[in-house]
Amino acid sequence: MAAEPKTKYDRQLRIWGDQGQAALEKASICLLNCGPTGSEALKNLVLGGIGSITVVDGSKVEVSDLGNNFMLDEECLGQSRAKCVCSFLQELNDAVKAKFVEESPTTLIDTNPSFFAQFTLVIATQLLENSLLLLDKICRKANVMLVVARSYGLTGMVRISVKEHTVVESKPDHFLDDLRLHNPWPELKQFAKSIDLNVTDPVVHKHTPYIVILVRLAEKWADAHDGCLPSTRQEKKEFKDLIKAHMLNIDEENYKEAIEASFKVSTARGISSQLRHIIEDSAVEVDSSSPDFWILVAALKEFIANEGDGEPPLEGSIPDMTSLTEYYISLQKIYQAKAESDCLVIEQYVKNILKRIGRDPDSISRAYIRNFCRNARKLKVCRYRSIEEELSSPVLPELQKYLTDEDYCFAVGFYILLRAVDRFAANYNRFPGIFDSEMDEDVSRLKSIALSISNDSGFHGSSLSEDLINEMCRFGGAELHAVAAFVGGVASQEVIKLLTKQFIPLTGTFIFNGIDQKSQVLAL
Amino acid sequence: MADLATKGRWRDVDKLLSRPGNIISSGFEPSSTLREEIGEYVRVLVVGAGGLGCELLKDLALSGFKNIDVIDMDTIEVSNLNRQFLFRLQDVGKSKAEVAAKRVMERVSGVNIVPHFCRIEEKDIEFYNDFNIIVLGLDSIEARSYINSVACSFLEYDRDDNPLAETVKPMVDGGTEGFKGHARVILPGTTPCFECNIWLFPPQVKFPLCTLAETPRTAAHCIEYAHLIKWDEVHSGKPFDADDPEHMQWVYSEALKRAELFGITGVTYSLTQGVVKNIIPAIASTNAIVSAACALEALKIVSGCSKTLSNYLTYNGVEGTHIKVTDFVKDNDCLVCGPGTLIELDTSVTLSQFIELLGKHPGLQLSKPSVTHRGNNLYMQSPPILEEMTRPNLALRMFDLLGEVPKDTVHVSGASEKNGKKTSCSRKLRIVFKGVADMTVGMDTTGN
Repeated sequence: MAAEPKTKYDRQLRIWGDQGQAALEKASICLLNCGPTGSEALKNLVLGGIGSITVVDGSKVEVSDLGNNFMLDEECLGQSRAKCVCSFLQELNDAVKAKFVEESPTTLIDTNPSFFAQFTLVIATQLLENSLLLLDKICRKANVMLVVARSYGLTGMVRISVKEHTVVESKPDHFLDDLRLHNPWPELKQFAKSIDLNVTDPVVHKHTPYIVILVRLAEKWADAHDGCLPSTRQEKKEFKDLIKAHMLNIDEENYKEAIEASFKVSTARGISSQLRHIIEDSAVEVDSSSPDFWILVAALKEFIANEGDGEPPLEGSIPDMTSLTEYYISLQKIYQAKAESDCLVIEQYVKNILKRIGRDPDSISRAYIRNFCRNARKLKVCRYRSIEEELSSPVLPELQKYLTDEDYCFAVGFYILLRAVDRFAANYNRFPGIFDSEMDEDVSRLKSIALSISNDSGFHGSSLSEDLINEMCRFGGAELHAVAAFVGGVASQEVIKLLTKQFIPLTGTFIFNGIDQKSQVLAL
Repeated sequence: MADLATKGRWRDVDKLLSRPGNIISSGFEPSSTLREEIGEYVRVLVVGAGGLGCELLKDLALSGFKNIDVIDMDTIEVSNLNRQFLFRLQDVGKSKAEVAAKRVMERVSGVNIVPHFCRIEEKDIEFYNDFNIIVLGLDSIEARSYINSVACSFLEYDRDDNPLAETVKPMVDGGTEGFKGHARVILPGTTPCFECNIWLFPPQVKFPLCTLAETPRTAAHCIEYAHLIKWDEVHSGKPFDADDPEHMQWVYSEALKRAELFGITGVTYSLTQGVVKNIIPAIASTNAIVSAACALEALKIVSGCSKTLSNYLTYNGVEGTHIKVTDFVKDNDCLVCGPGTLIELDTSVTLSQFIELLGKHPGLQLSKPSVTHRGNNLYMQSPPILEEMTRPNLALRMFDLLGEVPKDTVHVSGASEKNGKKTSCSRKLRIVFKGVADMTVGMDTTGN
């Protein structure tokens, strides 16, 4: 018996919808190393119905695995770790295709780089610096997304490496409604004019939607102020007083809403600086190899410069507000109609562009264009430097900024030390602090490695705290389950955002701080 | 050999617990047996066996905790399976607490998890006092508030109003919604309790009934009309059951009719369920993140092996990955975690008069309270047998019941009215008898 997927996935479909779910179900994920960090990351994706997983791990299950990995139990001892983790994950969701490869990820990276090209995304966990650099190159070349996750004692990190990730549905938490009260179009003005603000019926008066009130009163204000809208603080206050003067009594919710939203008539025209950045990006010079996203941006740019008169296409939806049903429905239709007509203009631009670059003019669906227009103000482009670039030339101005903040300083310390333990492992073939007997020596060894990394990458002046170096040795390479579950959890969260192309993924290196939980993102 | 194997098994946790550290909490005594001691002597209660609870049980079991109890009144549903990884399709309908406990014990040998398939209010207060730490994985404000009030009711203060360490019941609380969540540490008497900054959880906004009845504008308005108004009109007296698919289907079709009548679009069955049941979207990854933070804090609180979260973490994964830690301060006048609500009584007041007074007290408004004093039941509303046993006390004077002392603390639990809604709660009261000289305080004063 199989559960109805709609019911099983109900709680997540409410977040990313059928489209997002379809993207997850199409994806094929490769996990490198299935310790607790990797296993937990994958568990969260398998539960959500990811298409397929391939677990790569060359080790056999040891007794210490049973102390930090829930997917393994006594019966697994001595067996392939990849196989055992894979079979537990399969148990969680039979809709997922689960495979495993019993081979060391390091060997695979060294000997079979083409292996990775088959995946949508690779999650690399507990991988040392050298292998990671190589893997990043392989993935970038093959256009495979890479998410790196590392747990180490009470610290850890997550980083995304993708050349470019574009988001249409960024779904920000707080975003201003697109009501165009500062710049109403003729149909909206006409509708507002058809309604008598001074209507005597008190029920109708207190159910006149605030959009209508504001459009009308803004017009009235402009008539009395040489066509200008309220802009100074004093003018805005006077405009509120004007609204108040139209209230029949102080309990009228619609007028309260109008006063609260009154600042919207003063919104500056035009587009946000973020959107300007995107339409001025060089990728907007599209050719036949351009992704659909950039073709849409090119069309959007044309629209803003021409029909839009400096503004993006209208989003087309309005929030709920106190109103008679018929007024509200009429307003909804007016907004939808304008959005639809803006969208048609953009669609025409898209067709023209496609023709120009030699693609089928109908090769981008109307649904995609419509969705793009609805979200035009919220587009997001994320670009990630390669790991090699980050390691060889970190963004120094950012770094200087971090060093003036206590919490960031701590994170920078962890960042350097996470790299230092990898160098240590490369030199000594083990992590620092593994043996109690060599603790003191390891502390000074790790310190000198950390200092040299610090100097090589231009981290001069960053004082590595002795306490932190000591703690790092105390951790002795431990992969604690709770830390792994946290770091793996963050990694899976980012994978979901990358695959669904919804919400905004992590940009920078996330440094987990398990000491006081003040984790940070470093943009290096 | 077996012992060696166990030691090797916990290699990673032991590194943290057996070695001295430089960034630790006071009271950390690293030793090779610390993990075993925690396993043996620390009792942890997990409240909730849902999205957070499943993760918490796993995380705690793999952090060295061995004596775990879990309490949850719910049974498993199909819509849990996208995140509550301890449950399978064939478990649907069974107790969450029981299945979760069984699954974790199957995989992590040596851990003992006792499930409690019941409401949190069903347990008497002393049940909660047996735990060293309480970890909350809940989705309701009321339940959090209740557990918080119970845990804070154990708190006692010394003469200088400093919390007595042995009466502090630490709590770790997690919560998630979509890509967002929080984890917090509550050390009653030191850090703010749930009630100190209850404003962090604003009550859900409800639609005005007149909007539903007269000026519906959205799909949700039509659904709530069918659910809150039309149902009662048509089904005289028959209560609506959100878990009955036929009831839900009825609301959906009525909502559709209404939407059509007013030209409103967007009513779907899924939205109907969402609105009627107030469904909060939930995913595995956020639950994993928040639970892991909570379990790690629980380990740090009982062992002192690192600093602790001070005291409120928010995670937001909507735009990037934002983690913010806020050090909230406690409300010294908090009714729940403060030294207790001061109540002055005449020595002549009987227990029954006292109970009446609790209902009228503006800060308490406790109806049907049970009263306990130093672990003794003075009056219990239920079960009937206890009620009968304690009934004779009602006519006795409080002054006599408390042993003729000038002042003492009593615990009361009952229902309190808040915003027109009744919630279970437990309160600590400092009773002072008027006109009875407090000899000890008097001596202290002259001494200073």
